[in-house]
Amino acid sequence: MSGPVEGTDHFDLLWVYLQQEPLLWLTATLAAYAIGHALHRATGGSPLVNSVAVAIALLVAVLAVSGTSYATYFDGAQFVHFLLGPATVLLAVPLYRNFSRVRRLLVPMLAALLAGSVTAVVSAVAVAGVLGGSRETLLSLAPKSATTPIAMGIAEEIGGLASLTATLVIITGIIGAMIVTPLLNALRVTDWAARGFAVGVASHGIGAARAFQVNQLAGTFAGIAMALNALLTALLVPLLVGWI
Amino acid sequence: MVHAILALLVCQLLGEIIVRAAGIPIPGPVLGTLLMLGALAALREVPEELNAVAGVLLSHLSLLFVPAGVGVILHVARIRAEWLPLLAGLFLSTALTIAVTALVFFRVMRKMGLQEAEPEP
Repeated sequence: MSGPVEGTDHFDLLWVYLQQEPLLWLTATLAAYAIGHALHRATGGSPLVNSVAVAIALLVAVLAVSGTSYATYFDGAQFVHFLLGPATVLLAVPLYRNFSRVRRLLVPMLAALLAGSVTAVVSAVAVAGVLGGSRETLLSLAPKSATTPIAMGIAEEIGGLASLTATLVIITGIIGAMIVTPLLNALRVTDWAARGFAVGVASHGIGAARAFQVNQLAGTFAGIAMALNALLTALLVPLLVGWI
Repeated sequence: MVHAILALLVCQLLGEIIVRAAGIPIPGPVLGTLLMLGALAALREVPEELNAVAGVLLSHLSLLFVPAGVGVILHVARIRAEWLPLLAGLFLSTALTIAVTALVFFRVMRKMGLQEAEPEP
């Protein structure tokens, strides 16, 4: 052995290489999700073991331990993030397949959308406000049920912190995906369209991802709900924000 | 596979361009979804390639939210300082939103005499 110094040099060079290339953090993102997915399956598909939550917890731990900045991580992970756009366009496929059912249920859909969208904004701000949340936190929280890019845009417009909003949006998605099945079973809402639509309004794409795992029709309605609620939240939040 | 991916990207790109050029306040990919829906309606069927891509990507939709979610690491200090209003607000609001949305949908649907899609969840 020529001593630990040389070994450390090699390791440093390797680490420098890995930090500069997107490969490492792209691989880590997929690996963390694969572990989350495996755990989800191992528990018999329990909604309480959420693949996204497991993956995020693992990656946060790895970044913290290795002293890697979020910006460095995102350089690699952005390739996965980018696919959100094409995936949104893909929602046209289940939407087309179920189009006649969607058209028939237009009135219940729009009534539920309006009620759900107002509830999402008002209840989040009211609960956090009563418990002493700061103004900046409340403004960042208001659009939390809309999908990430839209919620961030709204937060910016009303004086919240866009990057905090992005985090709150993801947490909202994970909570919704975890509680939707037991909650709607308890409320005896048996219809797949109603169940999917509800989780899409409350929890955008992560809710839709959960709905697609359970039932194709539920996933379709969750996708529609996500798109409609993104639009309505963008209109509602600036109107309601005068009261915060 | 290439054609399906190309079609997706073209729809998204057109969506982004139209939204910006016309100053429409909706997200580009959402307009892209409507463009794709129009294309499928014109074709009167879903091409097999597109079906395959939809199957893969939509069944792992949640993976795509992981990079944004890791951003939680930027807000550890605030979450520690305001954990109660944040967690209570997120949890209660999400539960209430799901319940209100589902119940309104379900009640209006029944009142209108529209049958349920399937009997049991």
